[in-house]
Order: sequence, then C-alpha cells, then structure tokens
Amino acid sequence: MHNLVRSTQRGRLALGVLTALLLAVLTACGGDDGGSGDADGTTTVTVATFNEFGYEELISEWNAEHDDIKIEQVKVGTWDDAKANLYTKLAAGSGLSDIEAIEGDAMPAILAEADAFVDLTDAELDGRWLDWVAEKATNSEGQMIGYATDIGPEGICYRADLFKKAGLPTDRAEVAGLMGTWDEYFALGEDFVKKVPDTAWYDSSVGLSQAMLNQVENPFETDDNTVAVDNPELKAVFDTVTGNIAKGLSTRLPQWSDDWTSSFQNDGFATMACPGWMLGVVEGNADGVKGWDFADVFPGGGGNWGGSFLTVPAQGDNIEEAKQVAAWLTAPEQQAKAFAAKGTFPSQVEALDSPEITGASNAFFNDAPIGEILANRAEAVTVQPYKGPKYSDILQAFQASILRVDDGSQEPEESWNQFLADVEALG
Amino acid sequence: MKVDGGDTDTPRMSPPSIPSTPAPSAVPVRPGLRQRLAAWDVRFSPYLYISPFFVLFAVVGLFPLAYTAYVSVHDWSLLGGQGEFVGLENYREVVDNPYFVKQLVNTVSIFLLSSVPQVVIAVTLAALLDNQLRGRTWWRMSILLPFVVSPVAVAIIFGNLFGDRYGLFNEMLGVIGIDAIPWHTDRLASHVAIATMVNWRWTGYNALIFLAAMQAVPRDLYESAELDGAGRVRQFLSVTLPMIRPTMVFVIITSTIGGLQIFAEPRLFDETTARNGGSDRQFGTITMLVYDFGWQLRDLGRASATAWMLFVLICLFAALNYVAIRRLGRLGGVDR
Repeated sequence: MHNLVRSTQRGRLALGVLTALLLAVLTACGGDDGGSGDADGTTTVTVATFNEFGYEELISEWNAEHDDIKIEQVKVGTWDDAKANLYTKLAAGSGLSDIEAIEGDAMPAILAEADAFVDLTDAELDGRWLDWVAEKATNSEGQMIGYATDIGPEGICYRADLFKKAGLPTDRAEVAGLMGTWDEYFALGEDFVKKVPDTAWYDSSVGLSQAMLNQVENPFETDDNTVAVDNPELKAVFDTVTGNIAKGLSTRLPQWSDDWTSSFQNDGFATMACPGWMLGVVEGNADGVKGWDFADVFPGGGGNWGGSFLTVPAQGDNIEEAKQVAAWLTAPEQQAKAFAAKGTFPSQVEALDSPEITGASNAFFNDAPIGEILANRAEAVTVQPYKGPKYSDILQAFQASILRVDDGSQEPEESWNQFLADVEALG
Repeated sequence: MKVDGGDTDTPRMSPPSIPSTPAPSAVPVRPGLRQRLAAWDVRFSPYLYISPFFVLFAVVGLFPLAYTAYVSVHDWSLLGGQGEFVGLENYREVVDNPYFVKQLVNTVSIFLLSSVPQVVIAVTLAALLDNQLRGRTWWRMSILLPFVVSPVAVAIIFGNLFGDRYGLFNEMLGVIGIDAIPWHTDRLASHVAIATMVNWRWTGYNALIFLAAMQAVPRDLYESAELDGAGRVRQFLSVTLPMIRPTMVFVIITSTIGGLQIFAEPRLFDETTARNGGSDRQFGTITMLVYDFGWQLRDLGRASATAWMLFVLICLFAALNYVAIRRLGRLGGVDR
C-alpha cells in the first residue's frame, strides 16, 4: 500500500512537470511572427474599412504608382462588426490592420484610448478639413488621432410618385419649401398618411430620432463628460418621436432590419433622412423602384449624421508607411474620387469646390444634383452635438427605448424610465 | 455513469507492476542507469501517453475557467485591463441588473422549448429509421443535412421567414385569416422562433446518435418480447428506451450544455442594431449578456461574473437531468 501511494505521488509530480513543460512549449509557439516586410523590400499596408468607403479604384491607382509600399484593403460589412474586431484586438495588443477606419460617433471613445493610437498631427495638413471635423479627431492635448474621410450632411429623400398620389407637390424645390421645420414636416406627414393610409411618412422612428438628436447640443452628456440624459431637449425628441407613432407617421420598423429593407420595395414609406452615404443604401434597397428624388432641405436646420476617420493603431509594424497612406487617402483629390464612386461626401475643404463634387448628379434620384445639394446641406450644419466617451453606449440604449414604443412592447413613459435605468446601469 | 460489474471493494486499477523496485530490506545494490531508465519507463510512460489530453484540457479548459474567476473579482476593463480587487461586487451588480433575471428566464425557456421537443422527435425519428426501410442510407443522410448548414446561414434564412411584416410565415397565416404574429417582439413567439432554428439544426444529428444506440440493442430481446406478446409500442417503451438510456444521458446533457449557451441564433435573429435580443431583450440569453458586458460595454469583470454564473447554472441543470433520467429508466421497468 505504501508503495502504491508513493507511486501515485510520483505520478502526480511527473504529470505536473510534464504539464509545465508542455505549457512552456505552447506559450513559446505563440510568440512573435515577425513583421510584414517582404523579402524584396516592399511593405504592405493594410487598411480595414466597413460599409463602402469607395477606395477600390484609389488603391489600384496607388499600387500602380508605388513599388515600395503596397496597400491592401480589409473590408467588413458593418461598423458594428468592425467595432467588435477593433476592441477585441486592441485588448489583445495585436492583430489590427495598419490603418483602422473608425465611425464618427465612436471617435470620442477612441480619443479616450488615445495611447493605443499613433498621434497623426502634421502641420502640413492644417486646414485640410472642415474645422468641426478636425476637432472631432483631436484630443484634449491637441493630438490628432484620426484623419477624417467623409461627413454625412443630411437632406430629405422622398418618393415623388407617392407624393403625387397624395396630391402633394413633387418638384424638389417645391418640396424643399414645405419642410423647413420639424412641425411643418410632421404636419405634412399627417396630411400624407390620411390620403395614402397604407404608407408611412418616414422609414423608421430610430432613424428620425437620430436626425433630431444631431441637432441637440448636449444630447446625453455635458461638456465635462457628465452623463445627463434626463434633460428637456432629449425628452422633447423622445416625446415627439414616440408621439408620432400613434399618428401613423412611422413604419415602426427597426432601421436596417429585413422588414425595413423590404419596405423599400413595398411602398412602406414616403420620405427619409438621407446623409450622403445613405443615397447608395437607398439606391440598393429600392432597386427597380421609380420615383425617388432628393430635396435640398432638412427640417430644423442642417444636420450631420456619421462620417468616418482613418486611424493608425500604435501596435502596428508599419507606422510611418501607414501614416503616409492615411494622409494620401484622405487628401481632397482622393476623397472627391471616393464620392464619385460611392457617394461618401468629403470632409476636406478643398474637395468641396472640385468639379467631381459640384457637377455630380444621380440618375436614380431623378437626376438630382446631389453634389450641389449635399454641399448646401453641409453649409447649413450649425450645431455639432457634444459626444463624450459614453455617447455610443447611451445611443444604443436610447434607440432601444424608442423601439420598445415602436414595436408596442411598452408605453412611452415606461420605456423612458427604463432608458434612464439602463443608462444608470452602464456604470 | 455506473461501471457495469465494477466491484468497489477491490482497487479498480492495479498499480503498474513494479519488478524493478528494489525490496526495501535487500542488500543495497545500486541499480545501473539502464535499470533506472527502464523503471522510469514503466512507471511514467503511461502518464506520458495520456498526458496530451490532460495538458490540452488544462490549457483550454481549466486555465480559462480559473482565470475567468480571477477576472470576475476585479474591476477589469476590456482595454484598460486589470483594476482593483472588488470581491463579489461584480456578481452583485450583475444580479441587480434587471436584464439578468429576464435573460436567465429567456435562456431556460428557449432551452426547454428546443431540447424537449428535440429529444422526443429525435428518438421517434430514430425508431422509425431503425426499421427495414428501402434506401436506408439515403434517409439517414438526409436527416443529417440541416446539421451541415452553418448556424449563421440558418439564422439568416429563418430570420427572413419569421419577418414580422413581410416574412413568409406571417404571409401564410394571413392567407388563412390569422393575425400576423410579432415574432421579434412577443416574448414567447420569439422563443418559439429561435427554438425552431435550433431544433431544425440539431434534431437529425441527435436522431442519428439514437439510431446508433438502437442498432446496438440485441435483437433477441425483441424476439423474446414478441413471444411474450408485446406489441411494437410496448417493445419500444420496455426494451428500446431502457437499453438506450446511457445514450439518452449523453444526448440530453450535451443538448443542455448547448441549449444554455445559445448565442448565434438569437443574436442574428435580432434585427435591432444593438443586437441584445430585441428592444426589451425579449429573447436575450445569458451568453448574449456576457457579450454585452464584455464587448459592448467593455467591462470584462461583469462579463466574467456572468459567465461563471452561467457555468454554475449549466452544472446544476446537467446534474438535474442526470438524476431525472436515472429515475425515468427505473420507471421503464428495468432496474439495473
């Protein structure tokens, strides 16, 4: 018996030693896998983007002209996927692309993690971007963390054929004259749904709330990053949007859902808030539907929705080259070409006057001069909402609160209180 | 599981024979290197042979489990890393979060709606396939087909079918005059929709496992049962079911583990941008809460605490099932 005990003890010891050895081997395997510099001296710079940045042609152009640095694009479907990937790999400390595109609303959260990104400040690039755009990419110490790509000035996309059915004017200048304020826009909508009862006035309550939020100076947080969601401006947006639901103005569908996409084909709604990058989305979803147009107006003044930035994560191996490529991609000439490709409206001052922008029109939207309209819409933007590091987390909770009323699972008051509790629980 | 014929009085495993161990009282003769190596070989080699599994298990199973427990008692941000030790604060915060209980109930509800019909249908299917059918292989392969489809593809297709407004199911209900069902809003309806996806994918797989077990049942048992006058149903209840009990335990426990960890289906079924399981988390599950805490709110402390509570829950359910199935087997009449 004594022997037996001893031998199991030794066995355990042996097992322990073996485990330790194998663990050591396994960890050693996960070591450095080297840089991405090729044997022939060329460096490959990877650029991670989401949705459509319109960079395909630009990258071919660069690669044809440069032998020492090649660009390779890594595309994913949506910002949410890109965000999950970004945070996971930031936490891991490796695995990110040399250049990572960041959605505008997430920039405050990225600025809070500025250490993980390269300071891209470059005196030569001063004045390249619209002031308010450059500000969004600059942290409190004056470091520029991202180079802006596009902005999202909003106009109103509308179905001229459905307007005609309701006896409303169809000409884009006339339509623009009818919706200068939100009250006018909603009143017109009530008129419309009375005449065309099966069609809603706008595409989704969440999309509309987003448009209205972008005209509020401090939607969720005060300028010193204190969370203050129980404020009258935000409550007003909530009450207006949820109040419209009973009037039949909203499709009551979550934006980006399958039903929402189908509603483009089923005369689901007549108007929607359209940032520049949305034009491509509408064109894709409403493929084959005739009657879309784009009016040079936005209720309640201008509004900007979205727009992205290119950042260079500090964990990369090719920081200098990445910086160079990011600066080139976000130069006015390049972004003007990206606009021609995918409708992403440039954030660069010089690009706004380029012929690619001023002369652009879109056949799908009844030949609307989209370049000119979006330039006007960009000029009309007066309010830049303050977005702190918690902005996108709170936005998510806010959108859910509107959806709860939209889909009928809660009454507005109940949903609002749950939103306040949700924000509290964010910690 | 009970080891058949296992006699608890004698040691189950005899120690490796130890011919080279010197008798303690013998004249101290120093064994040569050769002998010592041979002795080590005999003594340690068996451990070496089985070690890959245990080492792998330690690396990918035990270590993450322990590390998650360590993380769960700290403030731990996804990007900022380890913070202060906070004891059970994270657990308290998670339990106090109103969505925790809601998502716990959802998880159990979706699990029950998927596992129970799944096992019942799988056993029935297997019993049907256990007959002399024409084109047996074809039938057997075809029920496995859904399993080959990736869960993401399943979720996309079913998400479309279960569309609230323009989905196929609601259009069909409309044809026969039934009001559209709000699949993404109503709590129970959404659970049924998600359970359908799970069942569609896993029933065939489980049926094949049951079929394999049924084929191993000695045929003479059926013959004697038939001689005793038992009909097909009685044979199934009194011979087949008790004989496949160990397989039953296996299938039910694996489907418990899988069912309680359900993630891809509800997350992809959700069409709100937050993807937390509906506007009011009507079909959010515990794993989705773990993801929400860890990757959307970037708080690994709370995520780990939730993950550990899920682990305990799964162990609890697995134990419960195990006991329940043993009872069930006794009711079947065969006490082994």
